[in-house]
Order: sequence, then C-alpha cells, then structure tokens
Amino acid sequence: MFAFNLTKRIFTNLFSKPPASMYPVVKSEFTRNTRGKIELNIDACVFCGICQKKCPTGAISANRTDKKWEIERLKCITCGYCVEACPKKCIALGSEYSKPALSKDKEVFVNARVLDNTANN
Amino acid sequence: MARRTIIPFGPQHPVLPEPIHLDLVMEDEKVVEAIPSIGFVHRGLEKLVEKKDFLEYIYVAERICGICSFMHGMGYSQAIEQIMNIEVPERALFLRTIWAEFSRIHSHLLWLGLLADAFGFENLFMQSWRLREKVLDIMEETTGGRVIFGSCKIGGVRKDIDPVTLKRIEKILVELEKEIKEVSSVFLNNFTVKRRLVGVGVLSKEDAHALGAVGPMMRASGIAQDMRKLGYGAYDKLDFEPIIRNNGDSYDRCAVRIEEIFQSIDLIRQAINKIPEGPVETKVTGNPDGECFVRLEQPRGEVVYYVKANGTKFLERLRVRTPTFANIPALLKMLKGCDYADVPILILTIDPCISCTER
Repeated sequence: MFAFNLTKRIFTNLFSKPPASMYPVVKSEFTRNTRGKIELNIDACVFCGICQKKCPTGAISANRTDKKWEIERLKCITCGYCVEACPKKCIALGSEYSKPALSKDKEVFVNARVLDNTANN
Repeated sequence: MARRTIIPFGPQHPVLPEPIHLDLVMEDEKVVEAIPSIGFVHRGLEKLVEKKDFLEYIYVAERICGICSFMHGMGYSQAIEQIMNIEVPERALFLRTIWAEFSRIHSHLLWLGLLADAFGFENLFMQSWRLREKVLDIMEETTGGRVIFGSCKIGGVRKDIDPVTLKRIEKILVELEKEIKEVSSVFLNNFTVKRRLVGVGVLSKEDAHALGAVGPMMRASGIAQDMRKLGYGAYDKLDFEPIIRNNGDSYDRCAVRIEEIFQSIDLIRQAINKIPEGPVETKVTGNPDGECFVRLEQPRGEVVYYVKANGTKFLERLRVRTPTFANIPALLKMLKGCDYADVPILILTIDPCISCTER
C-alpha cells in the first residue's frame, strides 16, 4: 500500500513543476497583506512623533525641529503598529522586504521643503 | 551489574532543533536515568512585561515561540480582555479560531517532518514540509506573516478575511486533506516506520495523569483532556470531540497528531460556514486592573497564562506555563529503561519547544 503511495508521488514530482519557487531567478510574490518594509510619504508627515512613541522596538525617531524622520531597519519588526497609529496615514507597509544591511544605519527621510530653505538661506 | 556510564545528549544534537541537555545514565545500551537541564535560550521575556506597555507586549508575547506564535498572542490578549471585561466581536473570535487551527495544522505537519527526519526517512520529511508550505502560504495571504502573524490584538484582530478568500481557503483545504492523507498513511502503515514507533516509550494512563502530561501526550495515553472544550474563542460553537488513543506509545502519539490535523481541517471548515458578519475589533480604553488565569490548547498541549495588572499601563507580573515544560517529567519517565537508539525519537514525540519553555 505504502510503496504505491510514494511511487505515485515520485511520478507526480517527475512531471510537475517543483513545489518551491526558484528564488533568485523567479522573484517571490508579495500578497496583498504581506508585511513589507515601512515606507513614509514625507510630504504628508507632520512629525508629530506618535509613531516613535508607539514603536515597540524603538526603531523610529521623528524630529519636529529638523523635519527629519529616521528608521533603523535592523530594529524594525514590521509589526505595522506605526501604520495604525499614524494620524496623517502617511506611513505604509511596502511591497518588498528591507534590503540586507551590513551596519546599523538609519534610513533618513528629510522634508524636501526644509532642504530648499536651508539652501536659500 | 554492568558498569554505568554517563552520555551527554545535547544541547547540540542533530535531532534537536533547539537546545536541551540531558545526561543519560547508561547501563550497556539501556538508559537507567535521564537528568535534564534547561536554560540555554532564556530571554527574560516575562520580566520584559514591566518595561513594555500592555498593548505593546502582544508583539513580545507572539515572539515567545515561533511555532505556536499565534496562540501565545491569543492567550495573552484573552487574559487582558478578561481583566478589562472587553467584549470581543463574534467575527474576531471566529477568525482567531481559524488562524489558531491553521497554526495547529502547520505545527503538526512540521512535527511529522521532524519525526521522519529523526528516524532517517528524509523523503517523508520533505513531503511533510512541502504540505506545510501550503498552509504557510494561506497564512501569509490572510495575516501578512508566515510564522509571526501579528494579526491578533487586544480587543479583536487586525485583519479581516473577505468571503472570496474564505471560499478559496475551503477549496485549498479539500486538496490539502487529500495530500495529507497520502503522506500520513505512510506514517501509519509503513513497516519500517512502525518498527521504530510501535511499543516504544509507553506512557501508561496512570503515569500520564500523575506526572501531569498535557496535550497529545496525555490524549495518546487515553485521557480525553482538551482545553478547547472549555469553549474559549469560537470553540463552543463548533462541534468536535477530543481525539484519544489508548496504548500511549510513540505510534499512538504520532497517530493522535495526524488525526488532529484532520480534526483541525474540519474545525476550520465549520468555522468558515458559521462565521458571522460584523466588526473585527473593539476600541480598548483605560488600563487593566486585576489578575486572571487563562488556559488554552496549543499544538503541544495546555498553556496557562497568568496576568497580574495594577491599574497602570505596565503589567505587574506575567507567567506562562508552556506545554513542553509540563511534558518533561513524562519524558524522563519514558526514557527510563529505553534503548539508547530510541532516545531521539522519544525526545521528539513530546514535541519539544524549548524556547517556549524557557521564554
């Protein structure tokens, strides 16, 4: 009985596609719900700092005076708590994982208008 | 009398996914006594509850264990909900039940693969894990995470499943059931597999009761104890009976888990048919004050959550009694008098989850 089970399986395996996707060649598909890396729409952000307070791992820091928003990708666990908490809905879970990092760098978002102003002064 | 030797087993051993150390006192090829020591992966998660606010701690609770992560989150949020008297919407309870049963299927399939790996049947190991992949895909699609779902929260759930997806899940389940039947028949009927499992590590009904075994260990010894019968979540609206076997050997423990996979599939089907419409979360205001016990059935057995709150947003004490911890005395009893070659299989049949145990 058992021998036939696995023989059947062997033939199915011979004539079907592999169950695992061939990763580097075929990119893995992101579903609608998959929690990817955190993305920020900096133009809508008011730097209120609620995301910073809510973040369970302390990965986010928002600075109102410099209009600067930073995230440490290695600390972020993509739980989506900041996305829920954001009053302006400018934080979103993206459709890709964060890139592998070599060091604990912070990814900095700076409001473009602030940059313009400093250039003009 | 033969000379006694002590063979250290673990913390690093091919059969162990996680570190546990056993000193096996041997007389020739027989184990006379096993002395366990745990504590290799202690992370202090219970102490952390004093530093994280109670809404945040759910993310830590989910990370207590990688396999039953959803049920840890579920247990923690149930405890807080009981303290704060939060009425959870019916739909959220059903969704929690569906996800909990999916993680049971995924845990048992993982365990079947590990068991096959322990007695050296690599092909069967791969087949079990191939099926598990399908369950993980469903999880990713509905919750957003493959292992850490992050979908449970205090007062309900984060994500809703739309009716179209529910219908599709039902279809996938039919397919999955057929394939699991094929693979599980190898576990139950194959001559080689049976030689390794039948009559190995018998735990009698009396011993199971006296040593406080939980979950599939206890049910394989003939005691029908299933925490789901308490009716938490949506289990009181679903129709099921605890699965029991009477011999208490490794083969029965394997059979109980296989039957539980089919039971879980049936429970998901029932839940999908009965799921009501409505909201999936309620707003949580205020801080918890009081204490409570919550008992849940995890894939490995009964887990006990004890939460003590003091009216601030930081909890005072959290205690998790995990199923593996309760099963270790029973394991030591089984190891007494067994052959050295059976030790890996016996350790695996309690389905050890050490990072759960040490938190």
